[in-house]
Amino acid sequence: MIGYLIRRVLGMVLLLFLLTLAVFFLFNMIPGDPARLTCGKICTPTLLAQNRHKLELDIPPAEQYVRFLGGLINGRTYAADSPSPVYCPAPCLGYSFLRHQQVLSLITKALPVTFWLALGGFIIWIITGLAAGIYAALHRGKWQDRSIMGLALVGYSLPSFFIGLVLIFFVVLEWGLLPFPQWVSPTDNPVQFFQTMILPWIVIAVLNAAFYVRLTRNQVLETLGEDYVRTARAKGLRERVVVVKHALRAGLTPIVTAAGLDLAYLLGGAIITESIFSLPGMGSLAVDSVVRSDLPVIAGVTLVSAAFIIFANLIVDLLYAVVDPRVRVG
Amino acid sequence: MIGRLTRTVDRISTTATEERAFLTVNNLKVAFPTEDGLVQAVDDVSFSIEKGKTLAIVGESGSGKSVTAQALMGLLDRKSAKVSGEIWLNNVELLGLSTSQLQSMRGDELAMIFQDPMSSLHPFYRVGDQIVEAMRAHRKVNPKEARREVIDMFKRVGIPAAERRVDAYPHQLSGGMRQRVMIAMALINGPDLLIADEPTTALDVTVQAQILELIQDLQKEFGTTVIVITHDLGIVADMADEVAVMYGARIVEKGPTHTIFNEPEMPYTLGLLASIPRMDMEAGGRLLPIPGNPPSPLRLPKGCVFEPRCRYASMNNGLSETVRPDLLPSGSPDHLVRCHLPQETRRRIAEEVLTTLRSGTKQQ
Repeated sequence: MIGYLIRRVLGMVLLLFLLTLAVFFLFNMIPGDPARLTCGKICTPTLLAQNRHKLELDIPPAEQYVRFLGGLINGRTYAADSPSPVYCPAPCLGYSFLRHQQVLSLITKALPVTFWLALGGFIIWIITGLAAGIYAALHRGKWQDRSIMGLALVGYSLPSFFIGLVLIFFVVLEWGLLPFPQWVSPTDNPVQFFQTMILPWIVIAVLNAAFYVRLTRNQVLETLGEDYVRTARAKGLRERVVVVKHALRAGLTPIVTAAGLDLAYLLGGAIITESIFSLPGMGSLAVDSVVRSDLPVIAGVTLVSAAFIIFANLIVDLLYAVVDPRVRVG
Repeated sequence: MIGRLTRTVDRISTTATEERAFLTVNNLKVAFPTEDGLVQAVDDVSFSIEKGKTLAIVGESGSGKSVTAQALMGLLDRKSAKVSGEIWLNNVELLGLSTSQLQSMRGDELAMIFQDPMSSLHPFYRVGDQIVEAMRAHRKVNPKEARREVIDMFKRVGIPAAERRVDAYPHQLSGGMRQRVMIAMALINGPDLLIADEPTTALDVTVQAQILELIQDLQKEFGTTVIVITHDLGIVADMADEVAVMYGARIVEKGPTHTIFNEPEMPYTLGLLASIPRMDMEAGGRLLPIPGNPPSPLRLPKGCVFEPRCRYASMNNGLSETVRPDLLPSGSPDHLVRCHLPQETRRRIAEEVLTTLRSGTKQQ
């Protein structure tokens, strides 16, 4: 088990390293000159060269990459020989010369917003998805099943910007049930936090719950036909116990996998939902940076989001062993 | 407590005046509506067993024997299977019970062992816990006592190192051990009726005999009535007091074991007997396989269901092709045969086939 963990963590580090390499060279190959972008309207060749030196773009790409890696571990100083050097402490994900901020501090500001958005949505969609899926499976072919699956299809097909806009239009503007969404930390103002987050949560949950309803229903239907479910019935167990403890439990593995990865994916930012509800999360940060061609921030957000996915993969694999005793890690 | 009382009252009120055997099945019919039409899986099956005895239901795959067992256990989905007839266990009619009444009897008064112990045990739970679950479905036991009881039962069914094995997962046990676990699970609440559906089919030959012996020992010890469902006539000879041979959803011959083995009359039973290799056969002696395949349950023959495969059907002037024969007593009242052939003809044919088999005459 310990050996397995060490191997997995080393593998994760290697993967992240390869990822930095990929991100770094991709952004080097993107057309456009970052130095030109930071130069402003009155740009002279001298100014451009100065900027290029400040951004450390005048050195070979390989050297740039080494400095980037060094910055991750030890921190780095941009343009140490210039009159206004910029220090970026470890772990340095880069420095945005457009915003004049550390990339890391931009991300740590955006991450809690996305975290709360993802967590709330996740809880709602897992509960409704599993419950509706089981209910549909138990009423297979009847009107309950058909209406749940029909609703799921509708939820699955509606784009999130549409649901979001409709919700804002009716709930906030027409009926005035909620104030206009305005992000606030849950510790500062819990009431406003919930008022702001409830609609984004619903948007996130609708889309995902639709998928989990189908997944759960199919899993339960499949395991309901298994021999051990028949054994459970033959023992005289109540139907609810048979379905939840025996059928659902056996079909849980793919649901756990999907849930872990979906949650990790969401932590990388829900671009559309965040934009609609003006939540300053990872998604908004990414969009904003793309619009402004703020390359260091885009690279930083990409790395952090990818790290979530890689980490979630490890967690999911470890959860397998908890869910299914036949899986022995090691 | 009150539940127990009302159940007892229910049972008294359902007791009819007429004297019934411990288990009596009357005109059991099971049909599955499918898109291709109605599949009659069990058609008009009746039998009875006295307490402590063993009935073997024999037949090929698709003959309806497993569906009969599942109907007895109430395991057929009420939505997809149409079940009719009567099943009386201890003077309680099972088919008329509500789901919850049936649940309280299943695993308590009647229990079942399945064919494949690997797929019949839940892969995610410890075997001990799965058995404790069966106990707690029917009575209150504290976890410590329950565990001790499971260990005792494990020892009784011959599981070595029982204290350790209760905490094992199914995949950590061998096939034979798993089937012992299934037997322990079936017997943990002391059922009056045990249904064993091909209990040894999925096991190694060396383990099969042990499991059969175990079932018989436990049957003697607990006074359990056993229905064993099998296609293996060796098991039948070994265990059963009575045999019901099923073919095409119906019982085609029924009687005491020695009668079925020594004086079979239905050509299908004869075919089964003639198609098993025997130790007392001389080398080079031929088996007589039954030609053809069992009929599709969607398109059963109009007349006798065995007619297309029967070597002797032509001796009836076409009666077998048009008229369904009834299950009628032949000789003694407990020997029932479903066949159009005259009794003397049936006996003469059986005599010939059996002598051929026993003497192992080489058919040139």
